[in-house]
Amino acid sequence: MDDKQRNEAYNKYVSAKIPKTKAWPSLFNSFWVGGLICVIGQGINDLLLLAFPNLSMQTAWTLTLITLIFLASFLTGLGVYDQIGKFAGGGSIVPITGFSNSITSPSIEFKSEGIIYGICVKMFTIAGPVIVFGVVSSMVVGFIYWIISLF
Amino acid sequence: MHKNQTFKLKRKPKIIGSYTIVGPKEGKGNFGPYFDYVMKNDYFGEKTFEKAERKMIESAVTGVIQNAKLQTKDIDMMIAGDLLNQIISSSYAARAFKFPFLGVYGACSTMAESYAVASVLVDGGYFENVVCCTGSHFSTAERQYRFPLELGNQRPPTSQWTVTGAGASVISLNGDGPCITSVTFGKVVDFGVNDVNNMGAAMAPAARDTLLAHFLNTKTSPNDYDLIITGDLGKLGSEILIDLMEEEGVTLGVNYGDCGQMYYKREQKTLCGASGAGCCATAFNSYIIKKIKEGQYKKVLFLPTGALLSSISTQQGDTIPCVCHAIVIEKE
Repeated sequence: MDDKQRNEAYNKYVSAKIPKTKAWPSLFNSFWVGGLICVIGQGINDLLLLAFPNLSMQTAWTLTLITLIFLASFLTGLGVYDQIGKFAGGGSIVPITGFSNSITSPSIEFKSEGIIYGICVKMFTIAGPVIVFGVVSSMVVGFIYWIISLF
Repeated sequence: MHKNQTFKLKRKPKIIGSYTIVGPKEGKGNFGPYFDYVMKNDYFGEKTFEKAERKMIESAVTGVIQNAKLQTKDIDMMIAGDLLNQIISSSYAARAFKFPFLGVYGACSTMAESYAVASVLVDGGYFENVVCCTGSHFSTAERQYRFPLELGNQRPPTSQWTVTGAGASVISLNGDGPCITSVTFGKVVDFGVNDVNNMGAAMAPAARDTLLAHFLNTKTSPNDYDLIITGDLGKLGSEILIDLMEEEGVTLGVNYGDCGQMYYKREQKTLCGASGAGCCATAFNSYIIKKIKEGQYKKVLFLPTGALLSSISTQQGDTIPCVCHAIVIEKE
């Protein structure tokens, strides 16, 4: 048996032996925590519209997002958000609060390397790819929109 | 098997002093009562975690010199290592002392590597008192190898928890203490595992390789030892090692254990157990040394494993090469 075969056999053996994450309980936790974050968001939105009836829908959405981003960032600083994340997984990563957490956490972590080389450079280590893909896909969609609008 | 892999140490260098310092989480673990010093928090009075790790190693070296009833001027050499890039914690800690310094890196096997080098140097009569020290810090290792501490992600079930702690020993021919009777230097082994969250599976083949070489070269079997203890294979890795040895016809029974698996309590939620250079360094220099001195164990085979990867090699998709060094410690 050569090394390649040995490694393949070993990797096969290891993957059979790995303890598996229980899918249903983690999906359930993701679902209700993620849903709760969305409900909170909707609640903030409704309250804003209730308090300031003259607010346009667009402005209310923006203010809601800013509030959620602030809350997540604040909870990250308090060391609470990573606990929520450990419990909820995707449920607290997918909403915008997860994005906020992924920018705040490296900023806190790399504060020790200074403002420029620490905070500013490392701030986007996790969220960077998300921003890149977001910008690139909006460019693609915009291009398609432009093509369609020609006809 | 390479013929010069195992060395019998004729003059039997002794471990005349040992000292451990750990973080608060480790202090609450299974070895908690056996540690010499438990820090109140992970910062250890410093501004950054890296400085805290450095201070831990400094304190461990100072502590072990006192424990061996020696003075700084009696030390001929310091051999130390840690997990940070360019082993800065050890080198910067060595700056505080006025003795020659050898930096070693064997990832989580560093403690055994420094013991092996130190005992060969002492046995050869070149140095009289050699300090060995190894440490790791959860927070510095996380930021170097993984994600920021406050990121809300989930750890996979095979992951392990890096120990915050440092352990140190003084190896010498003069004095009292358990002696190191033979060492087996390990070869680098890679069975093609590339999952960085499954170090146990990556390292188990290295432990198998060194164990087989050691048993063959010393003509011993598992029954000749009161305790065979690996470093941080963890729960999964040590089960894999038992399977791998079974395939070779060697049964690891109740006298086999793993520091990483035993380190934390179940409710501390570390999944597959502890890891890191400080794991076996602190477990060995506290619990195991004390039990050897008390006579509960007369002959111990200590073989921590190390995964020799970096975050760059991981990102480039490389598999994880591992190494394992073994030393035999006997009650004098």
